[in-house]
Amino acid sequence: MNIPEGLKYTRDHEWMDSKGTVGVTDYAQEALGDVVFVELPAVGRILKSGEAFGVVESVKSVSDLYSPADGVVTAVNDALVGNPELINQDPYEQGWIIRMETTGATEELLDSTAYQHQIEGE
Amino acid sequence: MMEFGGYDMPVEYSGILQEHDAVRTRAGMFDVSHMAEFVVEGADASAFLDYLVTNVPSKLDDGQALYTPMCYPTGGTVDDLLIYRQGPQRFMMVVNAANYAKDWEWVNAHAGGFQNLHVTDIAEQTALIAVQGPLALQKLQPLSAVPLAGIEYYHAVFDADIAGTAAHISRTGYTGEDGLELYVAADHALKLWERLAQLGVEPVGLGARDTLRLEARLPLYGHELDQDISPLEAGLGMFVKFDGRGDFIGKDALAAQKAAGLTRKVIGLEVSGGIARAGYDVALGDGESAGYVTSGSYSPTLKKPIALALVSQPQAKIGQEFFVSIRNRQVPAVAVKTPFYRRPPA
Repeated sequence: MNIPEGLKYTRDHEWMDSKGTVGVTDYAQEALGDVVFVELPAVGRILKSGEAFGVVESVKSVSDLYSPADGVVTAVNDALVGNPELINQDPYEQGWIIRMETTGATEELLDSTAYQHQIEGE
Repeated sequence: MMEFGGYDMPVEYSGILQEHDAVRTRAGMFDVSHMAEFVVEGADASAFLDYLVTNVPSKLDDGQALYTPMCYPTGGTVDDLLIYRQGPQRFMMVVNAANYAKDWEWVNAHAGGFQNLHVTDIAEQTALIAVQGPLALQKLQPLSAVPLAGIEYYHAVFDADIAGTAAHISRTGYTGEDGLELYVAADHALKLWERLAQLGVEPVGLGARDTLRLEARLPLYGHELDQDISPLEAGLGMFVKFDGRGDFIGKDALAAQKAAGLTRKVIGLEVSGGIARAGYDVALGDGESAGYVTSGSYSPTLKKPIALALVSQPQAKIGQEFFVSIRNRQVPAVAVKTPFYRRPPA
């Protein structure tokens, strides 16, 4: 299980980096199975911390994506529209989902060690 | 793993897309031991089955199988099943696990009117492994002296030997591919499964079983068929025979439905911009409701979302445009010819 050290993690299995890039974790992509469809928000959309902003669908399931912070969407990963499998293949790099400029409150964010503990408990 | 029909079953082994591809291009195997088998024996067996189901089991030859719905007097569906003729007075029914208890009760409730009839539940001791895909016969052949390619489609060889185990070897399946289904004693199933794995037959879970059957437009009870959906509405009219036979349960209701014209029908949809899942609403361009999605997924072969939907007439026709409500978005869909996938000629 790949849990890079420099990222922050939510209890919903998403990661965020220092630039506000958001994606799902290796653990999440593994649990989802083959991702076949991604619903992305519009650039400029204002998000509340914890708000559902998009959807990742695998063959078997539909999962909401939740904003890790208050903020505004500044970019979305359009490559996922044609290649949703990037989320499975490279969840922390090419499989990024949105970038946001955070403006306020955040979800409880865990460091890699705390996140590792959480998934070991699941 | 998920609970299905009282069994813990794997949704996937290596991944749904890879398993789906294994069956479409190589050979995959499914542990479908959850399916339930009943043996129907006696001088009245064939007359009883003709009364019980909408197809005509009495016309089977020894070693032949048929697919048939089984209906309520209302024309709604109790279950859909396979029936094999093992001899002039011996048949085997194979029913869905989810309907096992209900079917057993239903069969017994109607058996009373027949004198020379004995029905036995052999579900518990019977395991079923389906081996499906273009290489299925080739992979299996070294395990059996039976010339597998000589078994015709929807035929079976009973009490044959496969890898040292007694098996019914049946040229049937639920994937749209060529292949065989192997009925074996439950305590021999694991050994056979492991032998098949050694030969490179790839294990396939419930997830790919669903995408494979959906592409081939094979109905799933509880989705395209249920107690309120008739086989005619499900598009299974070719398995409902009215002529040249006696009465059967549901005959009057189904004949009346056919004569009046169907008010709704299951159709195939290609969806653009989202995956239509079972239960989602289907509407016309003006927003008027037309029906609902019965099954929907991403098609690994076509690489786009497909669905089956039960929609009202006269809109149930190829080329008709609909909108599927996906998380409050109206996503366009068009009715297309089914099956979505047909295997290339051998």
